[in-house]
Amino acid sequence: MTTLTDDTLPATPRAVRDEMIVFVIMALLLASVPFTGVYPFFVMQALCFALLACAFNLLIGYGGLLSFGHAMFLGTAGYCSAHALKVWALPPELGILVGVVAAFGLSIITGYISIRRQGIYFSMITLALSQLLYFIYLQAPFTHGEDGIQGIPQGRMFGVLDLSKPTILYYVVLVGFLAGFLLIFRIINSPFGEVLKSIRENEQRAISLGYRTDQYKFLAFVLSGTLAGFAGSLKVFVAQNASLTDVHWSMSGEVVLMTLVGGLGTIFGPVVGAFVIIAMQQYLAGFGQWVTVIQGSIFVFCVLAFRRGVIGEIAHYFRRSL
Amino acid sequence: MTFRGTPKGPGAGSMQALYAQLLVGLINGSFYALLSLGLAVIFGMLNIINFAHGALYMMGAFVAYFLLNLGGINYWWALLLAPIIVGIFGMILERTMLKFLTGLDHLYGLLLTFGIALIVQGVFQNYFGSSGLPYAIPDQLKGGMNLGFMFLPIYRGWVVVFSLVVCLATWFLIEKTQLGAYLRAATENPTLVRAFGINVPRMITLTYGLGVGLAALAGVLSAPINQVRPLMGADLIIVVFAVVVIGGMGSIMGSIITGFALGVIEGLTKYFYPEASNTVVFVLMVLVLLVKPTGLTGRAA
Repeated sequence: MTTLTDDTLPATPRAVRDEMIVFVIMALLLASVPFTGVYPFFVMQALCFALLACAFNLLIGYGGLLSFGHAMFLGTAGYCSAHALKVWALPPELGILVGVVAAFGLSIITGYISIRRQGIYFSMITLALSQLLYFIYLQAPFTHGEDGIQGIPQGRMFGVLDLSKPTILYYVVLVGFLAGFLLIFRIINSPFGEVLKSIRENEQRAISLGYRTDQYKFLAFVLSGTLAGFAGSLKVFVAQNASLTDVHWSMSGEVVLMTLVGGLGTIFGPVVGAFVIIAMQQYLAGFGQWVTVIQGSIFVFCVLAFRRGVIGEIAHYFRRSL
Repeated sequence: MTFRGTPKGPGAGSMQALYAQLLVGLINGSFYALLSLGLAVIFGMLNIINFAHGALYMMGAFVAYFLLNLGGINYWWALLLAPIIVGIFGMILERTMLKFLTGLDHLYGLLLTFGIALIVQGVFQNYFGSSGLPYAIPDQLKGGMNLGFMFLPIYRGWVVVFSLVVCLATWFLIEKTQLGAYLRAATENPTLVRAFGINVPRMITLTYGLGVGLAALAGVLSAPINQVRPLMGADLIIVVFAVVVIGGMGSIMGSIITGFALGVIEGLTKYFYPEASNTVVFVLMVLVLLVKPTGLTGRAA
């Protein structure tokens, strides 16, 4: 059986240096967005999804676990942050903390349950768990069911950063994204990340080498879920609402699609994929359900003919890991 | 979870309502059994979890609707023709797409069929919106009978009995016939079975058609009860996934029994604690995973 990713190149110091250069270019490009006249709301939204996709990719690309329920972390953190900001009137930094802690707790519980099975069973379990949460949030009073939590105050972060100003909000979201991205980058290149990759390649062999693979997978799951939650908390400030769409299975599917388009198991792929998919939704917003059809077609095309994704193909061409 | 209707009988008392919910549970259980059975058959041969199963179930209902409203072809013919038409559609999918996933990680099958599900559901949503289209119960199955302890609408009784017969027939086909023996052998070792001169690729295609046909059949059966909606299969398939996780895909009979049993449990929940009726199958899945991670009948995957 061939593995999901084409990433056979070792993380040599040179490869890490190349990746850092690309990272700096990406950071500079993103930092210059407010001066270019590009609609900042679009980029902020894409950044939140990019972080979500990167967190998802940590699990699939490096742990070989396809979660079909990552929307549950996005939605849970979103709801909890929104509730903390609106009802408890907490400042933004504490609001984010509440959401991230909620996602952390949720990922411990769901991780404990779902890593008991592998492969497609894992995917089905995560999907079922997120559907369970969807129904809970549909009925729970604090989420306001179909209406969602609307009109969330953005407030002043640390008492000084006025998040209702688009430019300030943009840089806060960007810093959050870059911090999350760097953390994932660090995890992938750590000894922990190397063990994770070995589990993806051949779990039996990793076990025979003495690694408790379940513990590694569990930790990867918790890290991924918590970071996905962080993305959900950031998104609350951008969208100023939290609704059921964020917990729905179609959202989980979109995250998978973003990562697939950009390249499973590539570092920068999920970011590119998120921008592509969000841009596509933006431009095709008037076409109703045809967007679903197009997304489905992209899925089919990527699986049949474009399994490396955009960044994967580029990396393959230049024989670099990106 | 697909519908909440309770048949109104004469003097609907508390026990009446309980029996009614049990019947609703049995009907949903029939659909779970037919769908998880198809998933298990397909997984056995193709090593693919068919995410498009819900969309193909929906297509079955729509084909029945088209046959009736465009061609004037009645329910009984639809029961035969819809599974064949959707089965052929499935076989075309297998020949043109799924075939190329051989040798790749299982997860690609899930992603590809998810994409197919999005396309099919999206196309139907574009033309038919999200509301339901009515499909009349055939004349022969209208009305109900009084069983003394409850009022049984004939159509609902028919769905349960007919699904059970189809499930058992499928079990018989796979476990007890020569063809089934080839099938099981090809599941274990396709290369060896090919060496005996059996056309395994064709068998794979037919198996996919069979699994898809079962889904379409469930769709036709549900059309008069649940109405015909583009998203009728979208949420159902997730419940069926949970059913599959609970039951495991190792045994055909296991899928059938788990499907019916979970439907009944869901029906009982609807009576005793309706708030949890949407979630009970998922909660049970969690409990089973905690107690017996391989599922009730399954082998380790």
